[in-house]
Amino acid sequence: MTGNGALGRVYEPGEVIVRQGDEGDCMFVIQDGEVDILVEEDGAEALLRVAGRNEILGEMAIFEHQPRSATVRARGQARILTLDKRNFLRRINEDPSLAFQIVEIMSRRVRELSQEVLELKAALSASGVTPKEPIRG
Amino acid sequence: MTNVTCHRTFPVGILAPKTPRREARVAAAIAMDPGRQTGGEADLALEDGSRIAVVGSGPAGSLFTYFLLEMAGRVGMKLAVDIYEPRAFAQAGPVGCNMCGGIISESLVQNLAMDGVNLPPSVVQRGIDAYVLHTDVGSVRISTPGEEMRIGAVHRGGGPRDVTEAKWESFDHHLQALALNLGAQLVQTRVDEVSREDGRPVLRGRDGTAQSYDLVVIAVGVNSSILKSFEGLGIGYERPKVTKTLIREYYLGEEAINKHLGTSMHVFLLDIPRLEFAALIPKGDYVTMCLLGEDIDHALGDAFADTPEVRAVMPPGWQPDEKSCQCLPHINIHGVEKPFADRIVFIGDSGVTRLYKDGIGAAYRTAKAAARVAVFDGISEAAFRKHYQPVCESIMSDNRIGEVAFIMTRVARRLRFVRRILLKVTTREQDRAGGRKLLSSILWDMFSGSAPYGDIFRRMVNPGLIARLAVALPGSLLPSRRRDHTEVVT
Repeated sequence: MTGNGALGRVYEPGEVIVRQGDEGDCMFVIQDGEVDILVEEDGAEALLRVAGRNEILGEMAIFEHQPRSATVRARGQARILTLDKRNFLRRINEDPSLAFQIVEIMSRRVRELSQEVLELKAALSASGVTPKEPIRG
Repeated sequence: MTNVTCHRTFPVGILAPKTPRREARVAAAIAMDPGRQTGGEADLALEDGSRIAVVGSGPAGSLFTYFLLEMAGRVGMKLAVDIYEPRAFAQAGPVGCNMCGGIISESLVQNLAMDGVNLPPSVVQRGIDAYVLHTDVGSVRISTPGEEMRIGAVHRGGGPRDVTEAKWESFDHHLQALALNLGAQLVQTRVDEVSREDGRPVLRGRDGTAQSYDLVVIAVGVNSSILKSFEGLGIGYERPKVTKTLIREYYLGEEAINKHLGTSMHVFLLDIPRLEFAALIPKGDYVTMCLLGEDIDHALGDAFADTPEVRAVMPPGWQPDEKSCQCLPHINIHGVEKPFADRIVFIGDSGVTRLYKDGIGAAYRTAKAAARVAVFDGISEAAFRKHYQPVCESIMSDNRIGEVAFIMTRVARRLRFVRRILLKVTTREQDRAGGRKLLSSILWDMFSGSAPYGDIFRRMVNPGLIARLAVALPGSLLPSRRRDHTEVVT
């Protein structure tokens, strides 16, 4: 992971790459290893998912002027490449197809979230709890 | 292609947009190719089953193929792509080398990652996180803001002459494999002749075969002899203007490189006659030396290698004449006015590239732009003019600004007090935690080729930077000891 030809920066196990609530002006590509994506609420952490090699993270900060929505933490040792917002936006101006990858990622995540919502809804129904608001797809 | 900079024999005027000579060339191109006026056959487009030939499988050819097939896949179009490349990039030794410094710029590393092309450590021979500027009055280390390895030093082929078994995957082989994985076919023969029959380009290989294609993409380097044949094809193509560079490989071994050159690229601004710019690029076991200047030859390389500044960077006992490999390749310094015609497009060095820097980055940009046009806009001259030429123009316009920026570098190379100012201001910026690193960022982007020259030039005239330089001026005019600041590279 730390050989001469390793691009990016190496994060040690448990090291925070971005923290929820921070301002974001870059996104990340995992070159090696895995990271936990966590949401912190009322002092408690919930693991949203684990991301691995070649995954792009933090892309929402490129398009929104919102603080980071989650904390990203190295699961073991992880090597991460930072992608600058400025470079990305400059390039996308010339080459809109650069957004294909991002749109694909966002599309996949919407699909995954929809699936999770369905599963949660099914689990709630099975336990006898009815959601107050109907979920609209 | 080589990441070297600054050449005083090519003044700003040579790149000026509207010289009578240039307009005459464009007029001649129109005369040779009436389709230029009308845009040729405007409705030419790729469709299911279209056959495409890519001549040359360096970064431009392989990236074009990769993006073409990737984008065609998105729109559900099935294409047949033949890549003509006689060389084997996986073969040990220089036979598959594309004669280049082998730097993947910070912006290109990011763009490729954004496109899903991540470069593994087997390809990247050394991650670079700093530049060390060496002059006769001292050295200064300029680090990347996040202390992150975002520049890749690669071997373009199987390495220098003394390599019998490569420990790495060459960059060109890696990209070629990506293209082949998407279904392209490799034709391992040299293309000797290009002609047009019934409006379609026909390639004749050295093996005697002749193939007709819907689209031919020329992705050879400027050192390829085939480019001359396009000048007689009546499509208004004129080869790029070129200059020579010197590239040498020195075997030092991994341990010595780690100890003496570290993860920094070393650039030199030395007042040596005919030498404009020089760099030492550390890789796995080798150091690549790149020179640019006037009438570059091996004697100039010897003179540079024997300077105290170079000897201070290299390990004790290093012998400048013990090189593993050397070559004097040409680089494109003035792009092609019209790098396209009906069913033909020139990408990378055979068309338009960045001046002195980030040639692989320019290959990526032109390759992807041409692929985008071919899939979404068509393969007629009109389509390429409307959608591909703006990308080429953008690179050439930026090169004109780059000429001005390089004049400033030339001034620094000539005037010792200017070098003292540069070192003083940069050292202060690097020593200070936080604060805007105005000059450091300019030098970083000039050396790394990571930003457009226009962007760099705008920062050069920043009032805050001018104030910093003015404050450093009085002390820099006074004679001082030879080396003001020496940075230990770790």
